[in-house]
Amino acid sequence: MTLLITVFAAITCTVVWYVKAPADKMRLGTLSLMYWGASVMWLVDAVFEYIEQKDAFFAPEPADMLNDAFLGLSAVALGLVIWLAIVLIKDPKGVLKAALTHKSE
Amino acid sequence: MACFLVPAGEAIVTTIVTKVIESREKAVLAKLPDSEAETAASHKPAISSKMKWLNNMLWGGSALLMFEHIWHGEVVPWFPFLTAAADPADTAEMLSEMSTVGVSMALAVTGVWAVMAAVSSVIEKRKTDDSEKTESESAA
Repeated sequence: MTLLITVFAAITCTVVWYVKAPADKMRLGTLSLMYWGASVMWLVDAVFEYIEQKDAFFAPEPADMLNDAFLGLSAVALGLVIWLAIVLIKDPKGVLKAALTHKSE
Repeated sequence: MACFLVPAGEAIVTTIVTKVIESREKAVLAKLPDSEAETAASHKPAISSKMKWLNNMLWGGSALLMFEHIWHGEVVPWFPFLTAAADPADTAEMLSEMSTVGVSMALAVTGVWAVMAAVSSVIEKRKTDDSEKTESESAA
Protein backbone atom coordinates (compact mmCIF):
# COMPACT_ATOMS: atom_id res chain seq x y z
CA MET A 1 0.00 0.00 0.00
CA THR A 2 2.86 2.36 0.89
CA LEU A 3 4.56 1.52 -2.41
CA LEU A 4 1.34 2.02 -4.37
CA ILE A 5 0.61 5.44 -2.81
CA THR A 6 4.19 6.61 -3.41
CA VAL A 7 4.11 5.41 -7.04
CA PHE A 8 0.86 7.36 -7.62
CA ALA A 9 2.46 10.46 -6.04
CA ALA A 10 5.53 10.02 -8.30
CA ILE A 11 3.35 9.63 -11.43
CA THR A 12 1.24 12.69 -10.54
CA CYS A 13 4.35 14.85 -9.92
CA THR A 14 5.97 13.65 -13.15
CA VAL A 15 2.83 14.45 -15.19
CA VAL A 16 2.62 17.96 -13.66
CA TRP A 17 6.37 18.47 -14.25
CA TYR A 18 5.96 17.36 -17.91
CA VAL A 19 2.98 19.70 -18.47
CA LYS A 20 4.96 22.65 -17.08
CA ALA A 21 8.26 21.70 -18.84
CA PRO A 22 10.72 23.08 -19.85
CA ALA A 23 10.09 25.63 -17.05
CA ASP A 24 10.79 24.09 -13.65
CA LYS A 25 10.94 27.09 -11.37
CA MET A 26 9.02 25.29 -8.65
CA ARG A 27 11.45 22.34 -8.69
CA LEU A 28 8.77 19.73 -9.42
CA GLY A 29 11.49 17.61 -11.03
CA THR A 30 13.19 17.33 -7.63
CA LEU A 31 9.92 16.30 -5.96
CA SER A 32 9.15 13.64 -8.58
CA LEU A 33 12.70 12.22 -8.38
CA MET A 34 12.36 12.00 -4.59
CA TYR A 35 9.15 9.99 -4.94
CA TRP A 36 10.63 7.80 -7.71
CA GLY A 37 13.68 7.08 -5.55
CA ALA A 38 11.45 6.02 -2.63
CA SER A 39 9.23 3.98 -4.99
CA VAL A 40 12.21 2.03 -6.36
CA MET A 41 13.50 1.37 -2.83
CA TRP A 42 10.08 0.19 -1.59
CA LEU A 43 9.72 -1.96 -4.72
CA VAL A 44 12.99 -3.75 -3.85
CA ASP A 45 11.72 -4.14 -0.27
CA ALA A 46 8.46 -5.62 -1.61
CA VAL A 47 10.36 -8.09 -3.81
CA PHE A 48 12.34 -9.33 -0.79
CA GLU A 49 9.11 -9.57 1.26
CA TYR A 50 7.46 -11.55 -1.54
CA ILE A 51 10.41 -13.98 -1.69
CA GLU A 52 10.06 -14.47 2.07
CA GLN A 53 6.25 -14.64 2.38
CA LYS A 54 5.23 -16.01 -1.04
CA ASP A 55 1.42 -15.85 -1.57
CA ALA A 56 0.77 -14.39 1.92
CA PHE A 57 2.34 -11.16 0.61
CA PHE A 58 -0.81 -10.53 -1.49
CA ALA A 59 -3.24 -11.22 1.36
CA PRO A 60 -2.39 -8.74 4.10
CA GLU A 61 -4.55 -8.23 7.20
CA PRO A 62 -6.97 -5.25 6.88
CA ALA A 63 -5.35 -3.59 9.94
CA ASP A 64 -1.89 -3.87 8.31
CA MET A 65 -3.24 -2.45 5.04
CA LEU A 66 -4.76 0.52 6.86
CA ASN A 67 -1.50 1.14 8.74
CA ASP A 68 0.46 0.94 5.48
CA ALA A 69 -1.99 3.34 3.82
CA PHE A 70 -1.51 5.87 6.64
CA LEU A 71 2.25 5.39 6.34
CA GLY A 72 2.10 5.95 2.56
CA LEU A 73 0.06 9.14 2.92
CA SER A 74 2.36 10.37 5.68
CA ALA A 75 5.43 9.64 3.52
CA VAL A 76 3.87 11.62 0.65
CA ALA A 77 3.16 14.49 3.07
CA LEU A 78 6.77 14.38 4.33
CA GLY A 79 8.01 14.50 0.73
CA LEU A 80 5.87 17.60 0.14
CA VAL A 81 7.23 19.23 3.33
CA ILE A 82 10.85 18.56 2.22
CA TRP A 83 10.06 19.95 -1.26
CA LEU A 84 8.39 23.04 0.26
CA ALA A 85 11.45 23.64 2.47
CA ILE A 86 13.73 23.39 -0.62
CA VAL A 87 11.50 25.81 -2.59
CA LEU A 88 11.38 28.32 0.29
CA ILE A 89 15.16 28.12 0.88
CA LYS A 90 16.04 28.43 -2.82
CA ASP A 91 13.20 30.98 -3.31
CA PRO A 92 13.21 30.71 -7.15
CA LYS A 93 10.66 33.52 -7.63
CA GLY A 94 12.39 35.78 -5.09
CA VAL A 95 9.11 36.17 -3.18
CA LEU A 96 10.58 35.63 0.29
CA LYS A 97 13.59 37.84 -0.46
CA ALA A 98 11.32 40.63 -1.70
CA ALA A 99 9.01 40.29 1.29
CA LEU A 100 11.87 40.32 3.80
CA THR A 101 13.73 43.23 2.20
CA HIS A 102 10.45 45.18 1.86
CA LYS A 103 9.69 44.63 5.55
CA SER A 104 13.14 45.75 6.69
CA GLU A 105 12.97 49.00 4.67
CA MET B 1 15.80 -2.54 10.03
CA ALA B 2 18.33 -0.07 8.63
CA CYS B 3 18.40 -0.82 4.91
CA PHE B 4 18.04 2.90 4.07
CA LEU B 5 21.56 3.53 5.44
CA VAL B 6 23.15 1.95 2.34
CA PRO B 7 21.49 4.31 -0.22
CA ALA B 8 22.04 7.19 2.25
CA GLY B 9 25.76 6.35 2.34
CA GLU B 10 25.81 6.25 -1.46
CA ALA B 11 24.02 9.63 -1.51
CA ILE B 12 26.82 11.18 0.59
CA VAL B 13 29.46 9.87 -1.83
CA THR B 14 27.56 10.93 -5.00
CA THR B 15 26.88 14.40 -3.55
CA ILE B 16 30.62 14.92 -2.94
CA VAL B 17 31.42 13.59 -6.45
CA THR B 18 28.78 15.95 -7.94
CA LYS B 19 30.35 18.97 -6.17
CA VAL B 20 33.81 18.04 -7.51
CA ILE B 21 32.49 17.54 -11.09
CA GLU B 22 30.51 20.79 -10.89
CA SER B 23 33.57 22.81 -9.86
CA ARG B 24 35.62 21.23 -12.69
CA GLU B 25 32.88 22.03 -15.24
CA LYS B 26 32.78 25.62 -14.02
CA ALA B 27 36.57 25.86 -14.32
CA VAL B 28 36.45 24.54 -17.92
CA LEU B 29 33.64 26.98 -18.86
CA ALA B 30 35.55 29.87 -17.28
CA LYS B 31 38.55 29.18 -19.55
CA LEU B 32 36.41 29.32 -22.73
CA PRO B 33 35.60 32.62 -24.52
CA ASP B 34 32.14 33.98 -23.52
CA SER B 35 30.38 33.01 -26.77
CA GLU B 36 31.74 29.44 -26.72
CA ALA B 37 30.98 29.04 -23.01
CA GLU B 38 27.36 30.10 -23.57
CA THR B 39 26.97 27.62 -26.44
CA ALA B 40 28.60 24.81 -24.45
CA ALA B 41 26.46 25.49 -21.39
CA SER B 42 23.20 25.66 -23.36
CA HIS B 43 23.86 22.73 -25.73
CA LYS B 44 23.62 19.76 -23.40
CA PRO B 45 22.97 19.11 -19.71
CA ALA B 46 26.28 18.82 -17.88
CA ILE B 47 27.31 15.58 -16.15
CA SER B 48 26.81 17.31 -12.79
CA SER B 49 23.14 17.98 -13.57
CA LYS B 50 22.64 14.29 -14.39
CA MET B 51 24.39 13.40 -11.13
CA LYS B 52 21.89 15.65 -9.34
CA TRP B 53 19.07 13.37 -10.57
CA LEU B 54 20.79 10.48 -8.75
CA ASN B 55 21.34 12.60 -5.64
CA ASN B 56 17.66 13.60 -5.53
CA MET B 57 16.53 9.98 -5.91
CA LEU B 58 18.93 8.70 -3.26
CA TRP B 59 18.39 11.49 -0.70
CA GLY B 60 14.60 11.59 -1.21
CA GLY B 61 14.25 7.82 -1.08
CA SER B 62 16.48 7.51 1.99
CA ALA B 63 14.57 10.29 3.81
CA LEU B 64 11.17 8.67 3.17
CA LEU B 65 12.49 5.22 4.11
CA MET B 66 14.00 6.61 7.31
CA PHE B 67 10.54 7.97 8.10
CA GLU B 68 9.12 4.46 7.56
CA HIS B 69 11.68 3.05 10.02
CA ILE B 70 10.76 5.73 12.59
CA TRP B 71 7.09 4.80 12.02
CA HIS B 72 7.87 1.13 12.77
CA GLY B 73 9.96 2.04 15.85
CA GLU B 74 13.23 0.82 14.30
CA VAL B 75 14.89 4.25 14.45
CA VAL B 76 14.73 6.15 17.74
CA PRO B 77 15.96 9.64 18.74
CA TRP B 78 18.33 8.29 21.44
CA PHE B 79 21.62 6.36 21.30
CA PRO B 80 22.31 3.96 19.54
CA PHE B 81 19.45 5.36 17.34
CA LEU B 82 18.76 1.93 15.79
CA THR B 83 16.81 -0.40 18.09
CA ALA B 84 18.49 -3.39 16.40
CA ALA B 85 21.92 -2.09 17.47
CA ALA B 86 21.08 -2.65 21.15
CA ASP B 87 21.16 -6.44 20.85
CA PRO B 88 24.00 -8.44 19.16
CA ALA B 89 21.59 -10.95 17.57
CA ASP B 90 19.46 -8.13 16.13
CA THR B 91 22.61 -6.33 14.99
CA ALA B 92 23.69 -9.37 12.98
CA GLU B 93 20.24 -9.55 11.38
CA MET B 94 20.35 -5.81 10.66
CA LEU B 95 23.76 -6.07 8.97
CA SER B 96 22.53 -9.03 6.93
CA GLU B 97 19.48 -7.01 5.82
CA MET B 98 21.68 -4.02 4.95
CA SER B 99 23.95 -6.21 2.82
CA THR B 100 21.02 -7.75 0.91
CA VAL B 101 18.01 -5.38 0.83
CA GLY B 102 20.04 -2.18 1.33
CA VAL B 103 22.62 -2.96 -1.35
CA SER B 104 19.84 -4.07 -3.75
CA MET B 105 18.01 -0.76 -3.16
CA ALA B 106 21.15 1.26 -3.89
CA LEU B 107 21.87 -0.80 -7.02
CA ALA B 108 18.25 -0.52 -8.25
CA VAL B 109 18.18 3.28 -7.87
CA THR B 110 21.59 3.59 -9.54
CA GLY B 111 20.41 1.29 -12.34
CA VAL B 112 17.27 3.37 -12.97
CA TRP B 113 19.43 6.53 -13.00
CA ALA B 114 21.92 4.93 -15.42
CA VAL B 115 19.06 4.13 -17.85
CA MET B 116 17.71 7.70 -17.51
CA ALA B 117 21.19 9.18 -18.16
CA ALA B 118 21.79 6.85 -21.15
CA VAL B 119 18.41 7.70 -22.73
CA SER B 120 19.08 11.42 -22.14
CA SER B 121 22.51 11.11 -23.81
CA VAL B 122 20.99 9.38 -26.87
CA ILE B 123 18.33 12.14 -27.19
CA GLU B 124 21.03 14.85 -26.85
CA LYS B 125 23.18 13.16 -29.49
CA ARG B 126 20.24 12.92 -31.91
CA LYS B 127 19.42 16.58 -31.32
CA THR B 128 23.04 17.62 -31.97
CA ASP B 129 23.21 15.46 -35.13
CA ASP B 130 19.91 16.93 -36.41
CA SER B 131 21.04 20.53 -35.82
CA GLU B 132 24.40 19.84 -37.52
CA LYS B 133 22.58 18.26 -40.49
CA THR B 134 20.24 21.29 -40.78
CA GLU B 135 23.22 23.67 -40.59
CA SER B 136 25.15 21.80 -43.32
CA GLU B 137 22.04 21.64 -45.53
CA SER B 138 21.37 25.37 -45.17
CA ALA B 139 25.06 26.11 -45.90
CA ALA B 140 24.87 24.01 -49.08
